[in-house]
Amino acid sequence: MSGNHLIEIDNLQKYYKGGEIKALDGITNNISKGEVVVVIGPSGSGKSTLLRSLNLLEIPTGGSIRFDGVDITDRHTNIDLHRRRMGMVFQHFNLFPNMTVLRNMTLGPTQLLKQPVEEAEQYAMELLQTVNLADRAAAYPDQLSGGQKQRVAIVRALCMHPEVMLFDEPTSALDPEMVGEVLDVMKGLAEHGMTMVVVTHEMGFAREVASRVIFMDAGKIIEEGTPSDIFDHPKSDRLQSFLAKVL
Amino acid sequence: MAEYWQDLQNQFRLNFIDDDRWQWIVRGLGSTIVITFFALILGVVIGVVIASIRSTYDKNLETYKLRGGIVYPIMRVFNAICNIYLTIVRGTPVVVQLLIAYFIIFASSRNGIMVAVIAFGINSGAYVAEILRGGIMSIDHGQFEAGRSLGFNYLQTMRFIVIPQVFKNVLPSLCNEFITLLKETSIAGYVGIVDLTKAGDLIRGRTFSPFMPLIAVALIYLVIVLILTRLVHRLERRLRSNER
Repeated sequence: MSGNHLIEIDNLQKYYKGGEIKALDGITNNISKGEVVVVIGPSGSGKSTLLRSLNLLEIPTGGSIRFDGVDITDRHTNIDLHRRRMGMVFQHFNLFPNMTVLRNMTLGPTQLLKQPVEEAEQYAMELLQTVNLADRAAAYPDQLSGGQKQRVAIVRALCMHPEVMLFDEPTSALDPEMVGEVLDVMKGLAEHGMTMVVVTHEMGFAREVASRVIFMDAGKIIEEGTPSDIFDHPKSDRLQSFLAKVL
Repeated sequence: MAEYWQDLQNQFRLNFIDDDRWQWIVRGLGSTIVITFFALILGVVIGVVIASIRSTYDKNLETYKLRGGIVYPIMRVFNAICNIYLTIVRGTPVVVQLLIAYFIIFASSRNGIMVAVIAFGINSGAYVAEILRGGIMSIDHGQFEAGRSLGFNYLQTMRFIVIPQVFKNVLPSLCNEFITLLKETSIAGYVGIVDLTKAGDLIRGRTFSPFMPLIAVALIYLVIVLILTRLVHRLERRLRSNER
């Protein structure tokens, strides 16, 4: 039933005011294991809503999402168990300001996965090493730069051993000189085979890392394909005019 | 000058030493502390319950509506009850509430202290509830989302992530509410309780010299408030040093 797809999105809708505003207007798409799907589009196109629907931070008003064969939009599905398997990175980091970097990372594993503290901390330190922040383990989020915060947010999500990582404009709140360090971490993740769905305005990243690019406008998927399809041979007028503005 | 000192000493003897009048003050202080302490506990319990219901309702309104089920109507009823309670308690003077509690609701009870504890507790609960709810709502929504996205359920998110941040933020306001409560108990005399204020007033009535007993009462309140403030200040500092 579930086929080979990790996430199956079927006719997903998000209507406000009884259908007057359609943030998502019938999205159907499948995401396979190991894919890096980058969603682009003008602001208000529904790309963030789509991403946030995947772990039900946004509750769709119609359609369904199957994750690993289970319909998570069904009200009887325990969404908390599924969210543990989907890491999420936010535009504004959302680190817990009253906890150290290490505690930010181990809270989930120790409380939810019941890992022993030493084991969780050891894994967290390994991850911190990979993003060159091992020396900041005892720091509080306020003491970090934006780029450092976002790298911590990424490894915090990784501590839960997720099967897919969702990125909601991870570099939009960063100073330009910090964008690169975050994108590098994401690139590394993609190279290690992590399944990723990324909403971003970083066209360079999309072109270089994406296995598939989705262009959205007005709550619909207008065009999708390989980075070369999208960036070098755009078919629809809307994608062409969008690219003309951002490239 | 010597005359003045002599006069003060006489006043002091008259108001506190003669007939062991100082015992009024001690017993009154005892009642004030007992009423404040238990009303505080009751108020915090009520406040936590009300704030939990109200903020849970506010935070999850959209989810309830979209996902349907029995939870939404139940929460609506609870939320409405809380709102009625808040409106009544905050819309009427605490003296009137105390009188109603003593002469109408608990008319059969002669345990004035207990009635006062209940009346002040219910009153304080409304204010504590709104302080806590304000604290919860002031936490960035991203904190909830981060917690939920890691897989914490609503209650776990509150417990592990939100409440610890709320507690530190609301501590000054809560301290303020406790000080207000302590001073509000000075109206307990209305229902025949001899609290600190009433004790001072009784002495004044016996000795016909208002200065000593009333100033003494005022000073005692002041000292208690200062001690409370100092304790909370220290707690606040410790909580903050945990962070940075």
